[in-house]
Amino acid sequence: MSFTEIVFAFAGLFGLFTALAVGVLSLTWMERKTLARIQQRAGPSLVGPHGLLQPVADAMKLATKEDIIPAFADKLLFWVAPALVAVPAFLIWLAIPFGDDLAVRAMDLGLLYLVAISGIGVVGLLMGGWASASRYSMLGGLRAAAQLVSYEIPIVIVILSIAALVQSLSLDAVIGGNTVTIGDQTRDLPGQGSIPFAFIMPMGLVIFFIAGLAELGRTPFDIHHAESEVVGGPFVEYSGAHWAVFFLAEYLNTFVISVLIVVLFFGGWSWPEPPESIFGNILSDTTTNFLGGAWLMFKTYLVAAVIFWIRGTFPRLRIDQLMSFAWKVLIPLSFANLVLIAIVLFYDWPLWVMTALSLPILLGIVIAVRRRRGVRGRPRTVRILRRSAGEIGRPFSDLANQPPNPVPGEGQAGD
Amino acid sequence: MTAQLVVFYLVAAVAVIGSLGVVLTRNVVHAAFMLLVALLAVAGIFLVAVAEFLALAQILIYGGAVTVVVLFAIMLTRTDDQPRTDHSQRPLALLTAVGVFALLVVVFIGSDVASVADTRGVGTENETGFEALGLGLFTDWAIPFEVASLVLLVSLIGAILLARNVEDGE
Repeated sequence: MSFTEIVFAFAGLFGLFTALAVGVLSLTWMERKTLARIQQRAGPSLVGPHGLLQPVADAMKLATKEDIIPAFADKLLFWVAPALVAVPAFLIWLAIPFGDDLAVRAMDLGLLYLVAISGIGVVGLLMGGWASASRYSMLGGLRAAAQLVSYEIPIVIVILSIAALVQSLSLDAVIGGNTVTIGDQTRDLPGQGSIPFAFIMPMGLVIFFIAGLAELGRTPFDIHHAESEVVGGPFVEYSGAHWAVFFLAEYLNTFVISVLIVVLFFGGWSWPEPPESIFGNILSDTTTNFLGGAWLMFKTYLVAAVIFWIRGTFPRLRIDQLMSFAWKVLIPLSFANLVLIAIVLFYDWPLWVMTALSLPILLGIVIAVRRRRGVRGRPRTVRILRRSAGEIGRPFSDLANQPPNPVPGEGQAGD
Repeated sequence: MTAQLVVFYLVAAVAVIGSLGVVLTRNVVHAAFMLLVALLAVAGIFLVAVAEFLALAQILIYGGAVTVVVLFAIMLTRTDDQPRTDHSQRPLALLTAVGVFALLVVVFIGSDVASVADTRGVGTENETGFEALGLGLFTDWAIPFEVASLVLLVSLIGAILLARNVEDGE
């Protein structure tokens, strides 16, 4: 490795670290604003214009807060755990391409790298949970481990199907396409520059998004730090700067999942180029790269907004629902996705066959899940009222025959 | 001494310290975390040997999954806060460890690892290391590979059976 390469690597790391710190701050602000709008509040609005400086104030508050370590805690592990969660979240970004051949470290094995590095964070959660010497945090750590290990499988299988689609593990190939030689036959495989994989693999996208949400431990999958059950999960006992590091890791991971969805399914940095016949070749390579990076970030924030939106609208799942959903629905579905893409590729069918095959499966699964949960016909409250009316007698039957409570989105203007 | 060698010795030292920690520490949970250190250091050794695929697979399987499962088992089954160390089996354990180590040394010295590494390398110019590895696994070594996965399947079924029995007994 030459001297300039080393300098470039350090510059890249430093730039990445700074950009990520700013990104996390902006994400916290965005989440609070989004949630506030959903709940008809104003959100942070006092510090800076539109509360833009609120995250900075929060960070300063957390950094200066007293750092409490429980008396019975395992001091060393208690200190190491936050780093073990946060460092992999940073490391993942090394492989993310921000433009054509523009990653801190473009790797041939990029996809495998993503999967491998993201698996380490779980150990940090277990470590933090155990080292705090508290029942709640220990339970939270175990829950986190069970949940994250289960939902890692569908993610890995979906990434595997993408690897099969582009015949490569490199993230550049995922976006730019790949040329493979099998025997004496050369084939051009499409990258997302020509068609986003969301259209080829809608099933993969849905699985990846749901499993990604679960990996983040965000609502509706936040059972490992569910306030009403285990208080704060693995990091109940943490405070001040240490807690801030966990918090940072959580938002970094949100950022990671968003950017992964964009890179794997929505074309990454590739953007609709103006046809050269009209504009000529006015854009230099640098400008194209810069615009590509900006476009990638724009899409990433859009996905993050959807994640926050879901947090604002869905209630939390129970732990058994969560685990059975992973093992009985998502994992078989991800394997189906892999087998389908393998068949399509083997017989050299056009890729829209994949879309045509996965859409009905997806629809069928959605219907089946809804049926299992019993959400059809009248809202659940009414059915419960009906049942209790049958058991208790007259007074409730009147209630049950009334129209159901207004459901959000069914008119009812105003309050 | 090349830079590569310096990095190798550093990583190897971490691996050895980690492994010693696994055996010497009194606390089972600490031992599990030291195991993580040792396993990740082994991934580092793979990296120094330019076997990126092996390094990443090591991190994915041992660093992520195996360590978590070990920790899970320890945390769910531990009943007392002070785990006992089994003194009666110490001589036996020593014998096994020394025996395995001797076997490894004999095999290593007896084999022609050095010459193989010189002539064959990990990949050719057109194939990166992992492509050669994949082709090898699914063509020349397909049967050993399938047998290995059969072992995993059997242990999975065994685990389910064990769990079932406990449930029925109560």
